[in-house]
Amino acid sequence: MAQPLLQVQDLRTQFFTTRGVVHAVDGVTFHVDAGETLGVVGESGCGKTMTALSILRLLPDPGKIMSGRILFRGKDVTKMTDEEIRDFRGNDVAMIFQDPMTSLNPVTRIGSQIEEAMTAHERFTETLARGRVIELLKRVRVPAAESRVKDYPHQFSGGMRQRAMIAMGLSNEPDLLIADEPTTALDVTVQAQIIQLMKQLNRELNTAMMLITHNMALVASLCQRIIVMYAGRIVEEGPVEQIFKSPQHPYTWSLLRSVPRVDEARKDRLVSIKGLPPDLSHSPPGCKFHPRCPFVIDKCKDEPEPPLGEVATNQVARCWVLMRNVKQDDIDAAKQSALSKEAAEKLKAPTAELGGTIGG
Amino acid sequence: MAVPAVAVEQLVEWEVAETQIGLWTDAWQRFRRNRLAVAGAALVLILVLIAFLCPLLVQLGILQNPVKQNVQYIEAAPGQAGFLLGSDELGRDTLSRLLFGSRISLSVGILVQGIILPIGLAIGLAAGYFGGRIDNLLMRFTDIWYAFPDLLFVLVVVSVFKPNLLTIFGAIALVNWVGLARLVRGQVLSIKEKEFIEAARSSGSPPLKLIIKHLLPNSLGPIIVTLTFGIPQAIFLEAVLSFLGVGIQPPTPTWGQMVFDGYEAVYANPTSVVFPALAIGFTLLAFSFIGDGLRDALDPRMRR
Amino acid sequence: MAISEGRSGRGALLPLRISQLAGSRGGSLAIFVGKRILWMVPIVFFVILITFVLMHLAPGSPWDRTGGRQLSQAVMNNLNIKYGLDKPETEQFKLYVWNVIHFDFGLSYQYEGKSVVTLIGGGWPYTATIGFLAFLLIVPVGISLGVVAALRQNTRVDYITMGFATFAASFPNFVIGALMVVVFSVVLYKATDGNFFLPSADFGLDSHLIMPVITLSLLPIAYTARLTRASTLDTIRQDFVRTAWAKGLPERLVVIRHILKNSLIPVVTTLGPTFAFLVTGSVIVETVFNIPGIGRAFVVAVSSRDYPMILGTTVLFSVIIAVANLVVDVAYVFIDPRVRLT
Repeated sequence: MAQPLLQVQDLRTQFFTTRGVVHAVDGVTFHVDAGETLGVVGESGCGKTMTALSILRLLPDPGKIMSGRILFRGKDVTKMTDEEIRDFRGNDVAMIFQDPMTSLNPVTRIGSQIEEAMTAHERFTETLARGRVIELLKRVRVPAAESRVKDYPHQFSGGMRQRAMIAMGLSNEPDLLIADEPTTALDVTVQAQIIQLMKQLNRELNTAMMLITHNMALVASLCQRIIVMYAGRIVEEGPVEQIFKSPQHPYTWSLLRSVPRVDEARKDRLVSIKGLPPDLSHSPPGCKFHPRCPFVIDKCKDEPEPPLGEVATNQVARCWVLMRNVKQDDIDAAKQSALSKEAAEKLKAPTAELGGTIGG
Repeated sequence: MAVPAVAVEQLVEWEVAETQIGLWTDAWQRFRRNRLAVAGAALVLILVLIAFLCPLLVQLGILQNPVKQNVQYIEAAPGQAGFLLGSDELGRDTLSRLLFGSRISLSVGILVQGIILPIGLAIGLAAGYFGGRIDNLLMRFTDIWYAFPDLLFVLVVVSVFKPNLLTIFGAIALVNWVGLARLVRGQVLSIKEKEFIEAARSSGSPPLKLIIKHLLPNSLGPIIVTLTFGIPQAIFLEAVLSFLGVGIQPPTPTWGQMVFDGYEAVYANPTSVVFPALAIGFTLLAFSFIGDGLRDALDPRMRR
Repeated sequence: MAISEGRSGRGALLPLRISQLAGSRGGSLAIFVGKRILWMVPIVFFVILITFVLMHLAPGSPWDRTGGRQLSQAVMNNLNIKYGLDKPETEQFKLYVWNVIHFDFGLSYQYEGKSVVTLIGGGWPYTATIGFLAFLLIVPVGISLGVVAALRQNTRVDYITMGFATFAASFPNFVIGALMVVVFSVVLYKATDGNFFLPSADFGLDSHLIMPVITLSLLPIAYTARLTRASTLDTIRQDFVRTAWAKGLPERLVVIRHILKNSLIPVVTTLGPTFAFLVTGSVIVETVFNIPGIGRAFVVAVSSRDYPMILGTTVLFSVIIAVANLVVDVAYVFIDPRVRLT
């Protein structure tokens, strides 16, 4: 089997804040093959963005990669020198971020920003780069690209800005593109367009992609494999169709529950995951998900956290119970009780956060 | 989405209440952790205490009379003849003059804010609340006022009228209210934009009451910080006035005067300029630290 | 502190007003500048009005001499007639404004026969030179200190520069000036036994300038450095800086084209108030160092009730400040494309 493009081995990233050490990424191991699209899902704060930032060594200040290896084409990113990292970023691996308005320099023209991504790596001369910018903008379907090149970010609409960011990310033909919530900050209608665009580009360029999102619909349409993260760890991993059809980890199951699905009966109501996201500086003993798990048993609290075990071909999950072992009655009961809990919470506090709802 | 009026009131109460309680305890803790701010506050408290006690100290004989001229001891060096910090060119005790001078500086600095506050509040509130042409007019007015260099205005006013405490208060207040008015106006404008105000208006409650109710907890912090930073500004202006000879007149000692006198005699008695200079500097420094500390402590962005 | 952080809030209102005033893309800049220049007229008028009113509200007359030798009533009457003070106030005001438009600021009361314009002209080179040099010192030094402190946040460099800035900001310039004189002139004079930057009567445009310029610049440098640091720190945290790093740009490019290009914008808006400060600061510094400039002339005029001189210098100062603010506002439009192209 060919060596994977990117291999992350037991990555641990921590943040040293005044309130204690936050274990943002707590022993994460996965890989991305050339050309494939990997989905990384989980609720806010589960560590997916920090994993991505670790890969590019872009962690904000109190954060540090404590241990683990990040192998890109066999070379360990964590041990790269400053020059090597600079060469690596935007060139071998590119990243596009969530909010295109704040992610673009407001006082520099869009064209220059894309240009500098190219000239910085000395793969294109200035003149070549300038020409290529227009080409790239056309490729991402920005209308009137020739004149738009001279515009500033605030003159672009949200969707166009995200396209520009995608163009910027792809300008050096990276082997891997990491997209962190590329559609979350956009209108629903624009989201669909961007998804279309990304599908198209994927087909055309065959760039590998790591798609970070909490939008399961996006995952379904773009990814071949997905990993599910919770509290800084991977709790399930496998091919998209398999996971969607039979998720084994209760968390994955809950995530899928809270997205409306065409293939299910109307009367299966949306369910939200009770409780709040875990505090990554003070973790409970045992399985990290057990306080919120609808199918928890004693073993989950008493024993140390379950390891990732194979539950089907190419699918692994970190759970003592596993969804296939849960009785249908319990599943139905879980759906019901989650619903009434939600209703009860809504009456108590007008603006309190409803625990862990995703997909919106 | 129609929100019932009752729920809106409760929402405001709830938000307001939570903001208030959390803000103060949190702020106090953060202030306490800022060592510079605490040091500054300590210095200021000591100064204020001494300022109050000065006359008493003179009566008790601990402090010399600041206006008493001892002809035998002109320009004594520090430590000579019982003058802890020396004496000036008229034989007056530098230490007691210094301490009495603090009364003027502190009272001008702090009390002037009491005049600035109502002016700034009123104008800012009016501009923000009424909006439209009144706002425009008031803002143009503040722009014009802003164009007048503050020191020059104060100099002219104070020297043209009698240089007594009242004129100085008035002049300084007149020059420094603009910042506060702008701040209040900004706060009122941002409150007006909050959605539940719209909701309240549509259900008939008078928005002014709501605005004021919500204004207080939210802007109390920035207002306090602005006023705190206004204190060193005012002390500075008073000191400059005294230095230039158009402030409080002798024999009442002020720090600015003392710097000037010391400066005149700088060759004969070099240290006499140092003490009042350091006094002014460190007092201003102390207030700056307090202001910085308050600003950081009350900054809503840093909570959580 | 003589300049409060609140004053720089002025910049925040700016984009609002400009986009209100600016119409379509094309001639909006010219319209904007034109409107601002026109706006200066009522400002200057207002300044004259206020000063005039204050002058004439004052108790006593400009001929009062303290301490002995009062002028006789007859002499005073003559003086009043000579300088037109016998006419009703409104008359005087109208006359004054008319004269101002013709650049005639009248004759000084103190210096027999000399016109205000001449006197101001005499002091101008000193004030202008010191102010100009101070400005040249403030901008690069203040900004560099602030940038360095921000880029090396929480290191020794940061603490030292900001500590210095806080001190410089808190000690008023006359205090610093006086202390500098003590240190350099007295101490070093005795040590070097020579003429070491003493403030002297025969003031020349030479090394004597060093102390006044430094004294005048310290507070604005401190203020600029603090603001630059705060603004740069804010900018560094922004998402687009992270994007710049993610593109693999070299550090120099990230700092200059992404961080500084954004963080220096608010700093530019404070250059206007800085200028205003240089103007008022000159009053103090010239007094401390005995420099025959306009600032000192102002103080002298104030204490001797020389109305024309007071009015003249006040008007001049206000105009300078207004022009400086105008230049800064226009410059702001050029450097921030978000404002220019709304």
